[in-house]
Amino acid sequence: MARVNLVVDGTRYVDEVPPRLLLVQYLREHLGKVGTVIGCDTGNCGACTVLYAAPDGRAQAVKSCSMLAVQADGGEVTTVEGLAAADGTLHPVQRAFHEHHALQCGFCTPGMIVAAVDLLRENPNPTPEEIREGLSGNLCRCTGYENIVRAVTAAAAATNGTAAAAATNGTAAAANGSGAAAPSAPSQAAPVEPAPTTEVAA
Amino acid sequence: MTTVAEPEIGRARRRKEDHRLITGQTRWTDNITLPGMLHLAILRSPYAHARITRIDVSAARTQPNVVAAFTGADLDNQGTLACAWPVTEDMVAPTYLPMAVDEVRHVGEPVAVVVARDKASAVDALEAIEVEYEPLPVVLDMEAALQPGSPLVHASAGTNKCYHWVFDSAEAGTGGSVADAEAEVTIRRRYVQQRLIPAFMEPRSVIVDPSGGEWTVYSATQIPHIVRFLLAATTGTPEHKIRVIAPDVGGGFGGKLAVTPEEWIAFAVSTKVGRPVKYTETRSESLLSAHHGRDVIQDITLTARRDGTVTGLHVKLIANMGAYLGIVTPGVPLLGAFMYNAIYKIPAYRFECTGVFTNTAKTDAYRGAGRPEATYAIERVMDELAAELNLDPIEVRRRNWIRHEEFPYTTVAGLVYDSGNYEAATEKALALFGYNELRAEQAARRAAGDPVQLGIGISTYTEMCGLAPSRTLGALRYGAGGWESVSIRVLPTGKVEVISGSTPHGQGHDTAWSQIVADQLGVPFEDVTVLHGDTRVAVKGMDTYGSRSLAVGGVAMVQAAERVREKARRVAAHLLECSADDLEWRDGAFRVKGNPDQAKTIPEIALAVFAAHDLPDGVEPSLDAEATYDPSAFSYPHGTHLCAVEVDTETGRVTIRKYVCVDDVGKVINPLIVEGQIHGGVAQGIAQALYEEAVYDESGNLVTGSFAEYLLPSAADLPSIVADRTETPATTHPLGVKGVGEAGTIAATPAVVNAVVDALRPRGVTDIPMPLTPERVWRAANGGDAGAGQNAGGAA
Repeated sequence: MARVNLVVDGTRYVDEVPPRLLLVQYLREHLGKVGTVIGCDTGNCGACTVLYAAPDGRAQAVKSCSMLAVQADGGEVTTVEGLAAADGTLHPVQRAFHEHHALQCGFCTPGMIVAAVDLLRENPNPTPEEIREGLSGNLCRCTGYENIVRAVTAAAAATNGTAAAAATNGTAAAANGSGAAAPSAPSQAAPVEPAPTTEVAA
Repeated sequence: MTTVAEPEIGRARRRKEDHRLITGQTRWTDNITLPGMLHLAILRSPYAHARITRIDVSAARTQPNVVAAFTGADLDNQGTLACAWPVTEDMVAPTYLPMAVDEVRHVGEPVAVVVARDKASAVDALEAIEVEYEPLPVVLDMEAALQPGSPLVHASAGTNKCYHWVFDSAEAGTGGSVADAEAEVTIRRRYVQQRLIPAFMEPRSVIVDPSGGEWTVYSATQIPHIVRFLLAATTGTPEHKIRVIAPDVGGGFGGKLAVTPEEWIAFAVSTKVGRPVKYTETRSESLLSAHHGRDVIQDITLTARRDGTVTGLHVKLIANMGAYLGIVTPGVPLLGAFMYNAIYKIPAYRFECTGVFTNTAKTDAYRGAGRPEATYAIERVMDELAAELNLDPIEVRRRNWIRHEEFPYTTVAGLVYDSGNYEAATEKALALFGYNELRAEQAARRAAGDPVQLGIGISTYTEMCGLAPSRTLGALRYGAGGWESVSIRVLPTGKVEVISGSTPHGQGHDTAWSQIVADQLGVPFEDVTVLHGDTRVAVKGMDTYGSRSLAVGGVAMVQAAERVREKARRVAAHLLECSADDLEWRDGAFRVKGNPDQAKTIPEIALAVFAAHDLPDGVEPSLDAEATYDPSAFSYPHGTHLCAVEVDTETGRVTIRKYVCVDDVGKVINPLIVEGQIHGGVAQGIAQALYEEAVYDESGNLVTGSFAEYLLPSAADLPSIVADRTETPATTHPLGVKGVGEAGTIAATPAVVNAVVDALRPRGVTDIPMPLTPERVWRAANGGDAGAGQNAGGAA
């Protein structure tokens, strides 16, 4: 057994774990953090993506199936369960996924949201092509990615505080085509619960 | 008094399901832990065909943390796995044991199971199991399997032929004979629907809890009701002692429309050990042993006149069953049998299908189940006909399709299409696509000899979904019916519970059903909750597949709501001291005609009914109602998909420049959900065209056994999809809706392949086998044999 001492979603945990235990298994089986899921066994699907900050580093997206729990010793992990504020206010990326119907079954969603959070930290105003490349490590079988790209574009606009960014970012509007509903930037004061009366002209 | 401001139907409501999904509070089966629960690991055959000559699990039983280990012979209570669709009287239906006893017939077939305190200990203990196999000859090729002298997958059957099924329009009286059809032009093509893997993102998981003299089965399944019924029927366990719960399920696409060896093994093992047991598959296990899709050889003969009118269509299929029959395995090609004639007025049609066993994983339903295969074949040969006659491919379709004013239309396959408007969908798609501009660009690139050529592909489709009229299922010899059931309960505080027999796995039923019932009962959208997936709660249902939950379940829902309103009306009249005829249902309440402020809402009536202090004579104290609806017809959505591709003739790389689709799914309840289904369906259709293929090597090993080899596309591999709609309501039921879940997949594959072939046709290319890998495209473009390209998985 090996000792680990790490912070996950703001709580410090100290444990004895088998050295071969994967970080995702530690999260799910030892900490009960079942929000992070396992979708494959070759590091391809990205459903297990979490943010990890090594003791001396900044947070980056990692596939928690490709990391041992012991490798996270001394570090800080943020899972999808740690994205919303303490009062339940959703992270802009979470809110955008909801607003733009960027999920269907929801299995890839935790990893996809975390990967998108990381993408926007590195590239606050990505084009649709950059979003597609940046999320190419996260597989989704349900959505065809169209609404995910719209959601991340909208989250970028909301985070940058430039509501017009999504419209003036020419490639975003053009790539969406004339027949599709254009994403509207979500309001800054969006409530925790889904806004029941918001709708997009189809 | 609340009045609902605007109708819910048609609103782009954001989903109720989302909050738990985006915050990591989803209730996947694998999340569930029960007191005393043990974990299973399954040992699987490494051989495609072998006799088990010795198997000894005794060493595994003494490994650390191991509670038990069983062979197939030990599980004398394992029952069998049923095929619910014996398509012909003489169909070969081999005994299918969940865990093999004497013989294994495909790589991955379970041969032993270990039960341990934790999953890792169970997996470790597998290595202590001793198995000796005597390898038997393997047959993998369908045509070889049908030859006399071929190795037999099931020796007792004496043949690898599972069944032979024919539909002939002359024999059926629905059309002429293909043999007599005018044949000024004959197009003969062979197409191969490559084997695909549904590859839902959530690996399958099952927990069986045998405590209290009952069995509670949690399973990531699309079909809890069918699983319950078949567990009872095949294991002898009393049905009322079995409860099956599908918690949140992470995608299915037909791949979880299954009764699985793993469910049955877990059921048997839990009884043996008397404790809850859990089995969650790895992705490698899933790709290997969860059922596969498609895998059909199609020989198509189309006859026509020189003016482009089609005179006859003859379809011959060889369909790979795999080694065993899953719940609907043999029937999947038959679901496509009635769709090869598609949107066209073809006067003579003959369809023949031979099902064949091979030493591979079984095939079964995968998004579209028979209809993508049919649409692919007809849409490809229509393009071939256009090329042969030097006609525009859209014009050829126009000359043959059913015109809007001709609906309802009885096809040569004997189906009655209720409604459709192929003209409107096509016009809209062409305008969105910029068809003329793209054709001009194509011509320019051809003239310039540009190494990157442009191709345009079209797919005009209809499909038959909303499975299904039970009488038709019976006539096709399917074992179950096609009805759906919904109960509605109005609680004393006016909240509403909708108990739905459907079992969603991403389709947004909680949201769409709330919209329908909110409109029907005049209650706020937020006040409706939808219950499903638990056979003790949603007692009656036929579950979710075949794009049926709205087209069939939605109608049951509306019927149940009408029955609630009828009960409520009598109470309202009594409370308002008028006759029931003096009331009209308007703006979410029963209102006295001419005096609309004299009104009672459903919630007000529900409270009065709960107290029951003053009900009219003969009225029971309950507003609750149930309806079970058996559809009178299939549902026929349709659409036009257009795809523009750039083909780099120097590298073989295909890039989709533009993808436009206009789909008609009748009346739309929630446009966001409809559009999302189209996006996801199209993505899977594109993936069949360009990326995916399940490949076995010559020994029957699955080469594409992980996501590193089986190529699910990422966001970087797919284009932006421009989706729009027309709306031609269904006429066979009051709701006007049509199914949408599979339509995108059915349409997309031929649109993409037609586009690539169109790009390369001046070079003499008439076909490229799927998936259109860069190597295959490059070989075709450069005068080589496209079929000589390696399989996508890399094996020769």
